[in-house]
Amino acid sequence: MNPLQGYLLLSALLFSIGLAGALLRRNAILVLIGIELMLNAANLNFIAFWRYGPVPAALTGIMFTIFSIAVAAAEAAVGLAIILAAYRHSRTTDLDRMDSLKG
Amino acid sequence: MTASFTILAAITVAGMAAAMGLRNAVHCVLALTVGFAGIAALYLQLGAQFVGFTQVLVYVGAVAILAVFAIMMTQSRPSATPAPRAPLWAAGGAVAAAVFAVLAWAIHSNALSVQALPPQPEAAPSATVQQIGDALMHRFVLPLEIVGLLLTAALIGAVVIAMGRREEMK
Repeated sequence: MNPLQGYLLLSALLFSIGLAGALLRRNAILVLIGIELMLNAANLNFIAFWRYGPVPAALTGIMFTIFSIAVAAAEAAVGLAIILAAYRHSRTTDLDRMDSLKG
Repeated sequence: MTASFTILAAITVAGMAAAMGLRNAVHCVLALTVGFAGIAALYLQLGAQFVGFTQVLVYVGAVAILAVFAIMMTQSRPSATPAPRAPLWAAGGAVAAAVFAVLAWAIHSNALSVQALPPQPEAAPSATVQQIGDALMHRFVLPLEIVGLLLTAALIGAVVIAMGRREEMK
């Protein structure tokens, strides 16, 4: 197994852990964290392909990861703000009990 | 497959699995910082220093703190988060395991095309901050501006959403 495959397997494992968390946890904040984890797994793939790919001088993998981190940070801020607003309305972050969009 | 990669991968996977598996939400976020730091160390090992330190700054420094604040503001009493029901555990776990199985099969069955890549350089390709800055200012200047706009919009939007209604603040 060459190093690239090792990184790809690790990234797939992290993605699966994040997916399991996003599917199974009932706390809305932890579901958001699971989504962040999946984004991190994708970023690790970008960096691994940049390192072992044919044209590392183009820096595309690094650029994509930097922009992906910026977008993920914006997503986390807005997502947590939405969770806070929903909590203020329904007094819970349990997704099984947050089943209504009506005010 | 070096020893350092194995150790870092084990730490990262253990931290992430604990972050998704522990009962107490605050413990989950503490384990999450370990996982994020492990990913940052993996970036450093791959030769992407700038991305590694960005990961530390943004994820370990900002996103984890933000998550801790959100948990502290939404947990009125320190109760453990409820565990999901048994059939849900089975279904969700099966879906995640199936996704991992498909990805691992794809990675292994594509071994030939991966080996068709050029011979891997022993030294990491150079990505100094100067090179990254040059690329950001020339080739990627439009995405950079758009990301700036997006971050501003997200900042204002997060404040407006989390601020609450006017009559509640009186």
